[in-house]
Amino acid sequence: MAQQEYQKYYVPEQSVWPIVGAVALFLIAVGAGLFVMQTVSETWKGGGIVLSLGLLTLLVMLVGWFKNQIDESMSGLYSDQLGRSYRQGMAWFIFSEVMFFAAFFGALFYARTIAVPWLGGASNNAMTNEVLWPTFEAMWPLTSTPDGTTTTAMGWAGLPLYNTIILMVSSVTCHFAHVSLEKNERSKLTMWLGATILLGCLFLGLQVYEYIHAYRDLGLTLQSGVYGNTFFLLTGFHGMHVTLGTIILMVLFLRILKGHFTPENHFAFQAGSWYWHFVDVVWVMLFIFVYIL
Amino acid sequence: MKKTLTSLTILLTMLSSHAVLAETASSKDPYQLNLTKGVTDISQQVYDLHMLMFTICVVIGVIVFGVMFISMFLHRKSKGHKPANFHESVKVEVAWTVVPFIILIFMAVPAAKTLIAMEDTTAPDMSVLVTGSQWKWHYKYMDHDVEYYSLLATQREQINNKFAKGENYLLEVDRPLVIPTGQKVRFLITSDDVIHSWWVPDFAVKKDANPGFINEAWTVVNEPGVYRGQCAELCGKDHGYMPVVVIAKEPAEFEQWVAQQAALQQQAREEEQRLLSMNMEMSDLMATGERVYQTNCAACHMPNGEGLPGVFPALKGSPITTADKPAHIDILINGRTGTAMQAFGKQLSLSELSAVITYTRNAWGNNTGDVVQPKDVYAVMNGQ
Amino acid sequence: MSTATDTANEDLQHDHHDDHHAHHAPSGITRWLFTTNHKDIGTLYLWFAFIMFLIGGAMAMVIRAELFQPGLQIVDPNFFNQMTTVHGLIMVFGAVMPAFTGLANWLVPMMIGAPDMALPRMNNWSFWILPFAFLILIGSLFLPGGGPNFGWTFYAPLSTTYSNDSTALFVFSVHIMGISSIMGAINVIVTIFNMRAPGMTWMKMPLFVWTWLITAFLLIAVMPVLAGAVTMVLTDKFFGTSFFDAAGGGDPVLFQHIFWFFGHPEVYIMILPAFGIISHIIPTFSRKKLFGYASMVYATASIALLSFIVWAHHMFTTGMPVGAELFFMFATMLISVPTGVKVFNWVATMWRGSMTFEVPMLFALAFIILFTIGGFSGLMLAITPVDFQYHDTYFVVAHFHYVLVTGAIFSIMAAVYYWLPKWTGKMFDVTLAKWHFWCSLISVNLLFFPMHFVGLAGMPRRIPDYSLQFADFNKWISIGGFAFGLSQLIFLAVLIKASRKQGEPVDDRVWEGAEGLEWEIPSPAPYHTFDTPPVVK
Ligand code: HEA
Ligand code: HEA
Ligand code: HEC
Ligand code: CUA
Ligand SMILES: [Cu+2]
Repeated sequence: MAQQEYQKYYVPEQSVWPIVGAVALFLIAVGAGLFVMQTVSETWKGGGIVLSLGLLTLLVMLVGWFKNQIDESMSGLYSDQLGRSYRQGMAWFIFSEVMFFAAFFGALFYARTIAVPWLGGASNNAMTNEVLWPTFEAMWPLTSTPDGTTTTAMGWAGLPLYNTIILMVSSVTCHFAHVSLEKNERSKLTMWLGATILLGCLFLGLQVYEYIHAYRDLGLTLQSGVYGNTFFLLTGFHGMHVTLGTIILMVLFLRILKGHFTPENHFAFQAGSWYWHFVDVVWVMLFIFVYIL
Repeated sequence: MKKTLTSLTILLTMLSSHAVLAETASSKDPYQLNLTKGVTDISQQVYDLHMLMFTICVVIGVIVFGVMFISMFLHRKSKGHKPANFHESVKVEVAWTVVPFIILIFMAVPAAKTLIAMEDTTAPDMSVLVTGSQWKWHYKYMDHDVEYYSLLATQREQINNKFAKGENYLLEVDRPLVIPTGQKVRFLITSDDVIHSWWVPDFAVKKDANPGFINEAWTVVNEPGVYRGQCAELCGKDHGYMPVVVIAKEPAEFEQWVAQQAALQQQAREEEQRLLSMNMEMSDLMATGERVYQTNCAACHMPNGEGLPGVFPALKGSPITTADKPAHIDILINGRTGTAMQAFGKQLSLSELSAVITYTRNAWGNNTGDVVQPKDVYAVMNGQ
Repeated sequence: MSTATDTANEDLQHDHHDDHHAHHAPSGITRWLFTTNHKDIGTLYLWFAFIMFLIGGAMAMVIRAELFQPGLQIVDPNFFNQMTTVHGLIMVFGAVMPAFTGLANWLVPMMIGAPDMALPRMNNWSFWILPFAFLILIGSLFLPGGGPNFGWTFYAPLSTTYSNDSTALFVFSVHIMGISSIMGAINVIVTIFNMRAPGMTWMKMPLFVWTWLITAFLLIAVMPVLAGAVTMVLTDKFFGTSFFDAAGGGDPVLFQHIFWFFGHPEVYIMILPAFGIISHIIPTFSRKKLFGYASMVYATASIALLSFIVWAHHMFTTGMPVGAELFFMFATMLISVPTGVKVFNWVATMWRGSMTFEVPMLFALAFIILFTIGGFSGLMLAITPVDFQYHDTYFVVAHFHYVLVTGAIFSIMAAVYYWLPKWTGKMFDVTLAKWHFWCSLISVNLLFFPMHFVGLAGMPRRIPDYSLQFADFNKWISIGGFAFGLSQLIFLAVLIKASRKQGEPVDDRVWEGAEGLEWEIPSPAPYHTFDTPPVVK
């Protein structure tokens, strides 16, 4: 830290948005909880309303908070040091997301290399197979579960492969957008970013199509045993992240149209693009471990 | 000062030595302080390991706390002690990294040996399939035609402080597991619902009963006797009421016992067949039904049939127990998958089933007047 | 260490927010609701944690009252299980973790010479999520069917197929608690990475800051895994997945692997900051520099790294293959080495010091001895073949209360007594505080030491009723429990007096031997400190 260049650190005034955000999360948690509980018993009511209220509050909070943030940024209150804080914060946030996916990848590896083989009698579980599941044979993808549910595996060629290519290309276009921003080539910037957003939407569309195909034609559902579980939870959470990423990119797009960001000062853009690259890397892992292997 | 310290050390080492702790280890002793030595070679080894660990810890503790107390006593400001200046020493620091490491190796070697022996379930003389369910154990002898449930035998009134508590309060069952002494008995442990854990301290055997998987454990019991343990994994409301009792008998006696059990169970099955052609009296059914209900159902549906709101449904006034008879018989036989309501079809006999159904349809003001006979249950069971 | 004022960059002098540098706090309720001040947020965290400690403690009192004698007296078993579960959850997520976060908020900026936390608004958000999360958790106890009753470890399938409906609320409340912890941890990490005053190099950083840095890393690494675990519980229970159900190819033990991959680092999250605190207090009252600063840092890092590869020592009885059991046994034993280094360093710091025994020091000394006892029983638990006997008995309960109550909680109390005068500018009521210490010390041992005995004699944990041979000790344990609970009311009295600013004013350094930036600023610490950073030489 070069001492003489020390800039004043901007400590914001009091703000209403955090507590609004806390209330929003409260409503979302209660609403989502009740909403789920309604699926099993009529005792519970009002989940949908509370949940929507929560989401609405969250939206208000996000708009308000970001508006605040953007105004501050545009009026030059931020120092380089603050920019570093934001970047580091974003990096650690992405690390936490990595660990969230790690939990599900962990479940996938465990199911595939431990649970399923053990049910088939491997390791110290010969009696498990002999006594409890005599007709079960270990296999992966698990297209026939111990209790006899059957399903079809999702191949990797075709749609998933196209999606991989789409997402990889979008990562590249996103990078080009960033380069253009740094070179202050605004029209190229809008073009590349626009392309990234379109690719993102295309990916999501195909993903929806794939799910329909899985449910309708393959009989691969959320209920079809641990193969279907890991498949849908991993691709599902990934899909939610792509959706979020696309929304972030869209907001950035609008801000760029309004003339925001300079080659030096564009933390929000950088954060969005990091997020996008992260989502892309997760997909590559997914493609390898969920689809191909 | 030195003298007090040495006598303190002696006192503590005495405390740690077997003398004080070990002799108190009879199983009913209200002041049992230490782990049981148990009745198997393995449990003895485990006990020795425990004492080894304990002694090492006490010795290290005495040294560390001793040094601490010395400096607390001598190096205090009120005595005018001036602070020294040192604040690192690579030599010392390396020493107290390496020495504990070496001590750990001393512990690890015997521990690994014992562990490997404990996990070696090969070449058993006999096997028992132990299945936990909420909240009872089921034992099935793999080499004989004998199987049965084992339930808590302590009266509810003792638990509710209405009767005085018996000697084996909460550690007694209606039908204990019986095994031969001197033979390697392998336990195949699994569960019907949640995770339980089958534990007999005297054998140093504790293994989780995981639904859908079978874990193995083994023991060779040296002494005939009655050995008591408990379920050791939180398994819901009555986790505390799920004891394990094992009787070890001389092999000859054991053989006799198994043969007798096999014959009895055969006889019971024939009796069942005979019942099919008979009609039982309402009053008999109600009496048996109440007994069956209190032992098998009251844990969840409560003795007064009111259940626990939101967890276990009330049977008093429920549509199933007051109207839908086929559904009632069906849920008793097959349970309801994915809920705590287990299939009682294989746990209870036909007469018990018919009795408990009759009872629940007429108790607590359900008063349907319905009588369900063993043959009605049999008919549903066989899809007629 | 001495400080000097540095001139801030000229270009930023005309910043329009000059007014917020005023050195007094806004007033009224909105001060607390909208605050971005690290000291206010620290205070909020600390009070919240203390209230949660009382609520969780009250639940422990229900447990102890029911266990006072054999038989069912006060609560039914289902409610007992809810008490055990919610007691564990509240103490871990509501008391210890927020208390440490509160201390981090107060102290980290002051110790590294920063004007505030790096992300002040997010800081406020992290805090305010917590009361809501616990409102949901505690509220669920009052719903038909009750709240969570499956233990704080919520093993599947007890928490899935066999749990009550309110499990969904439990899941989502854990989710938002996790969000709060992760944001709090990100804030701490970024503050430490990016806001150190000029000259505050890594190896000059106070140990509380170091231990919190590593703790924050652990938090970010494992809280998301917990979120994953509860998510799978949710889908298994409500959406028909079978992660933890063999019938669909899953495994209940998978749940335990995921949970303990979070859970074991979690217990070090609850002790590493304590190590930091003790490493401040012992040198101060020994009037001698901390022995082995560098090895303290390396030991903390080693403990953190090892904590990722020992999780299955909680699962020795689940039937893992013997190779895995051996691995986890050896790895677990290894943790004793760096932990030992810490204990030895503290003792060496005291050695030939010039000691006095003010209240913070009393708690710190009790910490060293009692935590070490808890560590010893931990090491015994690590020995797999013997753990078969200890597992799920009161021996384990004794172990973790020694490391958590006389470890984590005692360190928090030590920290509060140590820094409280700096926060309020007044010395707390020393007589009351000494009463608090001695009453706590005696009762806590009466409470938790006999648990070793009943555990070894074979009393399982999580049971509302027990056989007669355990009756005598349990009576004593309960008496110790009530006494310890009442002793905490003395603490409450001390805190209320202190928050009313009663007591003798203190000078800046407060304690004769105290070292560090936080002792260079006035007492009470002004609302904003280090608007211009000090230079650390
Ligand atoms: C702050 C929290 C904390 C801390 C610091 C620890 C520290 C340790 N714990 Fe503990 N533990 C818990 C909280 C904690 N634990 C909790 C909450 C549970 C129960 C969870 C549940 O099931 O609900 C648990 C359970 C638990 C188990 C599972 C028991 C079972 O369920 O069967 C085990 C097994 O290995 C274990 C081991 C250890 C070890 C080896 C350490 C080591 O880190 C200890 C190291 C310290 C020392 C050893 C003392 C000082 C060292 C020296 C003086 C050096 C010289 C010493 C020697 C070489 C001997 N712990
Ligand atoms: C940091 C964590 C922490 C802390 C501080 C404590 C503190 C205490 N714990 Fe806790 N405990 C856990 C973490 C903690 N515990 C965990 C993780 C479990 C496992 C849960 C599980 O199995 O799932 C557990 C389980 C547990 C059990 C086992 C329950 C069972 O297996 O069924 C018991 C039993 O005695 C117990 C007792 C106590 C007591 C008496 C205190 C005391 O120290 C509390 C003292 C505080 C107060 C009492 C509050 C202050 C006073 C008042 C509010 C006034 C009222 C006072 C009176 C009426 C006297 N705890
Ligand atoms: C381990 C707990 C447990 C035990 C023991 C148990 N039940 Fe149940 N029972 C349940 C649960 C849980 C349900 C609710 C199932 C559902 O959600 O559909 C239930 C449902 C029922 C129902 C249907 C009630 C309704 O209105 O839907 C009947 C009848 C019943 N049980 C009878 C019995 C009888 C008779 C016994 C003893 C032989 C018994 N149960 C033992 C847990 C238990
Ligand atoms: Cu079965 Cu606990
Ligand atoms: Cu652990």
